[in-house]
Amino acid sequence: MDGSATFVELDRSVGPGCSEVSILDPNESSFYDFVSDEEVTERKQEEPCEDSEDSSDNPEDVDAVSEDERVVRSLRERDKLVFILSEAGKPIYCRHGSEEKLVSLFGLMQALVFCVQDDDDQIKSITAGAYRIAFLNKGPLIFVAVSRRGETPGQLALHLGYAQSLIVSVLTAAQLKKIFEQRRNYDLRKLLGGADRLMDNLLDGLEQDPAYLLGAVSCLALNPSVRDSISDAIVRHCAKLKNLVFAILLADSQLVTLVRMKKYMLHPADLHLLINLVASSESFKLSESWTPICLPRFDANGFLHAHVSYLADDCQACLLLLTVDKDQFFVLSEAKQGIVQRLRRYKCLEAINRAMKNGGYTMQDVNIPEIRHFLYKARPTAQYTAPLFSAPYDDSYEKDRLLALYHRMHQRMLLPGSQRHLKLVYVVGKYECLLCWVTAFFELYAAIEPLVEKEAVIPRVEKLLNWIKSEESRLFILTSTTF
Amino acid sequence: MAARGNTGPKPNGSAQGKICQFKLVLLGESAVGKSSLVLRFVKGQFHEYQESTIGAAFMTQTVCLDDTTVKFEIWDTAGQERYHSLAPMYYRGAQAAIVVYDISNQDTFGRAKGWVKELQRQASPTIVIALAGNKSDLASKRMVEYDEAQTYAEEHGLLFMETSAKTAMNVNDIFLAIAKKLPKSGGPGPGGDAGSSATGRRITEADNQPSSGASCCK
Repeated sequence: MDGSATFVELDRSVGPGCSEVSILDPNESSFYDFVSDEEVTERKQEEPCEDSEDSSDNPEDVDAVSEDERVVRSLRERDKLVFILSEAGKPIYCRHGSEEKLVSLFGLMQALVFCVQDDDDQIKSITAGAYRIAFLNKGPLIFVAVSRRGETPGQLALHLGYAQSLIVSVLTAAQLKKIFEQRRNYDLRKLLGGADRLMDNLLDGLEQDPAYLLGAVSCLALNPSVRDSISDAIVRHCAKLKNLVFAILLADSQLVTLVRMKKYMLHPADLHLLINLVASSESFKLSESWTPICLPRFDANGFLHAHVSYLADDCQACLLLLTVDKDQFFVLSEAKQGIVQRLRRYKCLEAINRAMKNGGYTMQDVNIPEIRHFLYKARPTAQYTAPLFSAPYDDSYEKDRLLALYHRMHQRMLLPGSQRHLKLVYVVGKYECLLCWVTAFFELYAAIEPLVEKEAVIPRVEKLLNWIKSEESRLFILTSTTF
Repeated sequence: MAARGNTGPKPNGSAQGKICQFKLVLLGESAVGKSSLVLRFVKGQFHEYQESTIGAAFMTQTVCLDDTTVKFEIWDTAGQERYHSLAPMYYRGAQAAIVVYDISNQDTFGRAKGWVKELQRQASPTIVIALAGNKSDLASKRMVEYDEAQTYAEEHGLLFMETSAKTAMNVNDIFLAIAKKLPKSGGPGPGGDAGSSATGRRITEADNQPSSGASCCK
């Protein structure tokens, strides 16, 4: 994919279903390589310097360059790309470009997958210079990520897994399989029309939002009594409805409450898809909507039907009522009206509005000056909390850099395939230090002032854990409500 | 769609004028402007970049016709192919349908004809169908001639108007024309999803849904 690649490594699994053999890029040994000064200047100079080495870039040669090549070159300006194609090599999706114009590139990806498959093996990733290319071949579809953002193959695999789940959520795995059994050459774009914006939003979120990385959701900070009243209003109006599986209230992509049928759990990955659906659809604000959606972890082969509506013009929290019964729209619509009336009567709408307006807390509220930022995941409930990004992480470049650090630390600590499962890691870096601590109950990733003495770190982190404990009932949903 | 919980006409109250409730569905290829038409009709808004509808959106709007108040329950369906198999759920029991095409795109007119055919075969035999040639503000890019569409509409017994959700041209008019054509008498049975009955459900003020939030009588 990159003609100038000097160093290409194939990272294959050692047989079907085997865990990934992690071949680390020699450059990756330092956590800070990708934020080195050189890189910063390179970014600031923008891309031309990269392409100028290319002889065909001379003005007189421009006409000679094929359309394909021109498109591929425009893609090179991106740090990260994601492609989706069918096993027959038909383009389905490309982040940051028109898949239509990339037919030969898709052909190449297909060939790479199949030439490794011919040896009864699976291609997982390729390292080519600064680029890492990850593959996921699942069912009738092939997912490919090309990135120079420094992600590990495990992270890219996670991202591609989410892209796959999103397609399943739109069509179901069963329908997907059937389509391609009937017509191997089917152009899936016909069936995915309008889902592009969900995919775009999801792929952006995967880079921006720690929720995906942690496999957790963040909750809107509310007094527990308010949250209980909200859950109670939902239970009152929904408990008698047959076939209602989940009732979920979201505010600014945060969970306000989740009420579920006793025997079913909602997997965080499914919840992420629902949050993504709401976040990428402004039109839900204008009317009540009724849509089929498949939650792959709940049932990859069937649709649930979702009644989606915002609570009120004066309260922009979004309620999702998910049922297995496709004829329940009006029943759910009525239940929703009942819920809103009760929430209004008990002043819960104001409480939600206030919490949304607050928008979260900063490290100043936590008041431990040595700690700049952190992610804390409560493992048993798959919920997390994090302060807003404040200085120095309030500009997008610094924020991205910190998120990338969290990603890498998470990968080292936890993801399957990494050689070590660590409990505590402390990394001294140029711009900040990172402390990562994983127990059976929590995961903590904290960015700490670089000049703090190592001995002083643990007491500060303990102070942070105490603060979280004291705020726990506001920041997390501690009791699970069922119908 | 399943029946609503509170249904059936109340015995008195019709003296102040009738209130009729009709289920109306919008069908058509994706990106022809179905949601924009509804949004213009219900909220008087237009968004240049209206995003594609997910599943179907439900809205209500009320119009006054002489002494009758007509409440439309509008199902705005998504035009993408993957939702096609769900369409019967929305047009079943509908008293009216607006089939929309884009005057600057011949294919969407072909698709509209397909919807008309499906409605005439599968929907209630008395359904009132209107054909809307939307985006009439794009006259310079016109691909479907007015006369062609009108002839087609006449042959198939459809109401026909060219509309523009952007300029609001003919938007209220097409809904009003439908309201005029819908039967406002005859008592639908209680217990009522409009079901197979093609007649609007007469309701009284007391029976009004709290849900709509739509302002009465524009």
